[in-house]
Amino acid sequence: MRPRCVISLVSSAYTHTRKINSYFKSSVLIFTTRNMSSATKLPKVFVTRKVPEDGIKYLRNKAEVTQWNSDDAIPRGELKERVRGVDGLFCLLTDKIDAEILDCAGPSLKAVSTMSVGYDHVDVGECNKRGIPVGFTPNVLTSATAELTVTLLLTVSRRIKEGIEAVKDGSWGTWKPLWLCGQGLDGATVGVIGLGRIGFAVAQRLKPFGVAKILYADAEEKEYANQLPAEYANLDQLLEESDFVLGCCALTEENVGLMNSSAFKKMKKTAIFINTSRGGLANQDDLYQALKSGEILGAGLDVTTPEPLPTDHPLLSLDNCVILPHIASATLKSRNAMSELCARNIIEALNGNSMPAEVK
Amino acid sequence: MGIQRKVFVTRKVPQAGVELLEEAGCNVEFWDSDEAIPKEELIRGISGAHALFCMLTDTIDGEVLDAAGPNLQVVATMSVGYEHIDLEACRERDIRVCNTPNVSTDSVAELTVALLLLTARRLLEGVHAVKDGQWGKWKPMWLCGMELAQKTVGILGLGRIGFGVARRLKPFGVKTILYHDVCRVGYADDFGASFVEFDKLLIESDVICICCNLTPQTKHKFNKSAFKKMKRHAILVNSGRGGVIQHDDLLEALISGEIAAAGLDVTEPEPLPADHPLVCQPNCIVLPHMGSNTWDSRNSMSETTAKNILAVLDNQNAVGLVQ
Repeated sequence: MRPRCVISLVSSAYTHTRKINSYFKSSVLIFTTRNMSSATKLPKVFVTRKVPEDGIKYLRNKAEVTQWNSDDAIPRGELKERVRGVDGLFCLLTDKIDAEILDCAGPSLKAVSTMSVGYDHVDVGECNKRGIPVGFTPNVLTSATAELTVTLLLTVSRRIKEGIEAVKDGSWGTWKPLWLCGQGLDGATVGVIGLGRIGFAVAQRLKPFGVAKILYADAEEKEYANQLPAEYANLDQLLEESDFVLGCCALTEENVGLMNSSAFKKMKKTAIFINTSRGGLANQDDLYQALKSGEILGAGLDVTTPEPLPTDHPLLSLDNCVILPHIASATLKSRNAMSELCARNIIEALNGNSMPAEVK
Repeated sequence: MGIQRKVFVTRKVPQAGVELLEEAGCNVEFWDSDEAIPKEELIRGISGAHALFCMLTDTIDGEVLDAAGPNLQVVATMSVGYEHIDLEACRERDIRVCNTPNVSTDSVAELTVALLLLTARRLLEGVHAVKDGQWGKWKPMWLCGMELAQKTVGILGLGRIGFGVARRLKPFGVKTILYHDVCRVGYADDFGASFVEFDKLLIESDVICICCNLTPQTKHKFNKSAFKKMKRHAILVNSGRGGVIQHDDLLEALISGEIAAAGLDVTEPEPLPADHPLVCQPNCIVLPHMGSNTWDSRNSMSETTAKNILAVLDNQNAVGLVQ
């Protein structure tokens, strides 16, 4: 039995008021959250940001939604307050969900979902210990992310950033045969670190560019690699043989700083490193040295440590390094789908069902 | 014992081609610079040449051909385009003209797709946001671009390059590929591309790629009336020749939002001045004609030009014979 109407009030400078009409469109009854009757009530879900509409639309009528209704990340102090007593938490990758936050939420918290495919900001172990499933948003952002990874690769390999700058600063002269030449994909060997959904989708998109060989490194062999085909390799072989090394894996305790000076030394001097996984995969000081000294040819990063990267970071001074502000899944289609899946994860869990996408 | 054949090369070019000519016993003379050759130097250098190895920046007209004298048998350009060569003047003097088709197809198709993607995904805005501090903590609705999945792509000119573009776009989940050309082509069936009239291409496409050459028929084909027919969220990419687009009309269409964005690898003129309104326009990305900018491509172009020259001089079939 649902109450006729619910209004939730969030008392702060960022007030966000919701009015949810009942099925019967009867007159509006107003309750404050504190005076809610203990009769069956909607679960409370806290959303840590202004998010694409599809997720909020999904939550409507199924939950009492409170929200940090801002484009900017919620400060930790606010987060600790707002999670008190909620049943479900809809968070973003900028929110660190650890034991402290879980303690603040208290025993009511039954579901956490992040609007991202990466979940290194959530202490999944701690959540599971408390019987809280953690949801994430794989698949719905795979296409957009793979597309951006290829775009970034091409931008670096074809020296497009330098080209755009030459147009803007007037150094573009008449056509010259030897000017600003880059590396083509035709005949290249591509090495994918992490042949998951995204790594596989990237490899699929690169194939018609004439890639001669695809290698991949992963915790274990993947059967679907045969569809490309891609050859399972140990990391050293991948680094030594690849013309393009792509970071497409999840960030774990084991692979933090995987791409360091020793890794860059093993790479070809004509090779290019592209990272769209998590900034922590690369040791940025070592990367800077490798790029500056010509140990590798170029790099493209959509993810850094920290994010945002300070504007005076040395990597930004290099012609052969292209840095993007973590926009791999930045399409309205993708973001709306992520928002909806995140909401769905939470509601299903709160209804006692399995999440459509749970971190296992 | 024949006379040593003189080849005049109008620029510093990749060694691959030069080596072929020297190995064949040619006397190779150069305008030994990265910069385009001035006309008076071209007229001086071509004198007595049996073959001219030129660039797309060199205007080869009657005056230049006359300066060469009676030895000249072939004008070979290190490019696919040859609108800088007066074909009629060459025909009158019984001089062959050659270009370098095929060898740069892959790199141009690759660059075209790169340009399409980086325009659709707003890469340039992203790079700037990082550099000038606009990048804050991750936001779900910031800097969202257009995903290619389920979109309609229209290609003007389904030649070697247009075909290469279509092939590369397939795994991105493009729903429909339309094309317009002077005639239907059989190989369009390979990926289910449909021939349409030009107006239908304009009306139905989410992305349009110009992959045709510049002819009197294609000159300024993209003008005010064409932009009006396009979708407001559409993106236009040009890696054919700048002259296919009326640039003032394009600027107006971009400012007024008649189309969403444009990516140009070729412009009219080249180079475009750094203060040209299109260079400053936020939803326009201009590249400095980088279509064939890979070492492999340029080496192959140099080699092919040399082979064209040797073929004509030896009375054989040249791979890139225009006429």
